[in-house]
Amino acid sequence: MIVFDEVAKRYAGGYTALAGVSCEIRHGELVVLSGHSGAGKSTLLKLIAVIERPSAGRVLINGEDVSRLPRSAIPYLRRNLGLVLQESRLLFDRNVFDNVMLPLVITGHPPRDAGRRVAAALERVGLEGRGKELPAGLSGGEQQRVAIARAIVNRPSILIADEPTAHLDPAYAADIADLFRSFNEAGVTVLVTTHDGALFAASRPRRLVLAGGLLIEDTRPDGRPAQEVAA
Amino acid sequence: MRNWLYLHARAIAHALRSLLGQPVGTVLSALVVGIALSLPGGGYLLLDNVAALARGVSGTPEISVFLDTGAKKADAEALEARLKALPELASYRFVARDEALQQLAASGLGDVLGGIGDNPLPDAFVLSPRGEDPALFERMASEIGGWPRVAHVQVDSAWVKRLHALLTLGQSAVLMLAGLLGFALVIVTFNTIRLQILTQRQEIEVSRLLGATDPFIRRPFYWFGGLQGALGGLVALGTVWLGVQALGPAVAHLAETYGAVFVLSGPDWRAALAIVAFAALLGWLGAVISVRRHLAGA
Repeated sequence: MIVFDEVAKRYAGGYTALAGVSCEIRHGELVVLSGHSGAGKSTLLKLIAVIERPSAGRVLINGEDVSRLPRSAIPYLRRNLGLVLQESRLLFDRNVFDNVMLPLVITGHPPRDAGRRVAAALERVGLEGRGKELPAGLSGGEQQRVAIARAIVNRPSILIADEPTAHLDPAYAADIADLFRSFNEAGVTVLVTTHDGALFAASRPRRLVLAGGLLIEDTRPDGRPAQEVAA
Repeated sequence: MRNWLYLHARAIAHALRSLLGQPVGTVLSALVVGIALSLPGGGYLLLDNVAALARGVSGTPEISVFLDTGAKKADAEALEARLKALPELASYRFVARDEALQQLAASGLGDVLGGIGDNPLPDAFVLSPRGEDPALFERMASEIGGWPRVAHVQVDSAWVKRLHALLTLGQSAVLMLAGLLGFALVIVTFNTIRLQILTQRQEIEVSRLLGATDPFIRRPFYWFGGLQGALGGLVALGTVWLGVQALGPAVAHLAETYGAVFVLSGPDWRAALAIVAFAALLGWLGAVISVRRHLAGA
């Protein structure tokens, strides 16, 4: 379970990205986080992965306050998260296989088993047999699929994705959205930010809407509000 | 343990890839490091050769006390009695003038002495004092030099002592040179690692996001620095070896003109290992400093 407890984030210079956000995300939920640019969506995800730390409030993952996690413990938290960023952040001097393999190398996974996992992850995102290709030779959608394969290869219990479809045309974006839905159906907690609210509509996700650093909408998959939020 | 070994093996592979990925840069860095280290390495080798030569010539310092040529047996006995009373004296032997003449003749100078007629050599005592303190030698020589019938006192190993003093000075100079050039090696590695970090910035950031720990990120750079240093050490060894091959015959020829046999020897395996290990250590140190400076908080 992920809990945001009165979380605020103010940057040096006075810009407020989040102004007291509270919500609980239960295990196995598919959550779509939307809002305009600067609403605080990316910041919220960064707080989960401890890429940023809150100025106030707490972020708890399975009961542990990760906002106060010592620096040395952060890598171990991230190993249990699947992280997909707006840009694919692939290593362009390595082939697809090696890119997807990277999280397993980091955790010191035995090479033979790691190879099997990479192959399975690539198959999962529809890139089976493409392991030897370099990322530069792939389309934007395929690159994002490689990034998703890299995020799931460690079999994380939580998958967070920051605008994974931002630079993709609608057909590719729909494919990516389907992938996230399939991971969620497999039991993974998925938290995705997007500008395109309609993209995940078919998946009937829980919807969180941010505006100006405040949570202004929290709707369950059945359409009922999950909590009273700021007007 | 297995995981630790795997991660180190992976770090070594990563470092080797980086080294082989830029062969020109790697060769140039190894040459810079190697040539810099070959200077103190060569100096150390030269001193080692000279020290070995000095050890072969004389190991125990002695004092020779020559009586005047008119001294009688009774004078020698009186002198012997005074010598025995010296607490600083460990042992002594008397070399009679006839014995000295025989020794000189045996050394090949018999023809020269044959033309002189009477034995011109004096009786002598060869003293071995307790300890090797130069001050003690000087004090004893000075004291005995004032006794009656003593014509001359000579501290036989004075030149060896001077040579040892020179060798000590040389060793200090080589150490200083090694320190200075070692510092240069650390700077070279520091800069190389800085550039490595810059070129691998994206990989470092991505790895951190995927859960890489600080040791995981830093390890390949440490190995890179160590391997680059070791390569430089090998170049230094090669340079020293080439120097020995080039100068060896000339040095042997020079020694021959003095009637001596002297072969300039290269570093033995211990010295070779020490040079490579020293270079690797300096490379590693440069990498540690650079990584701490450039990866702090990244």
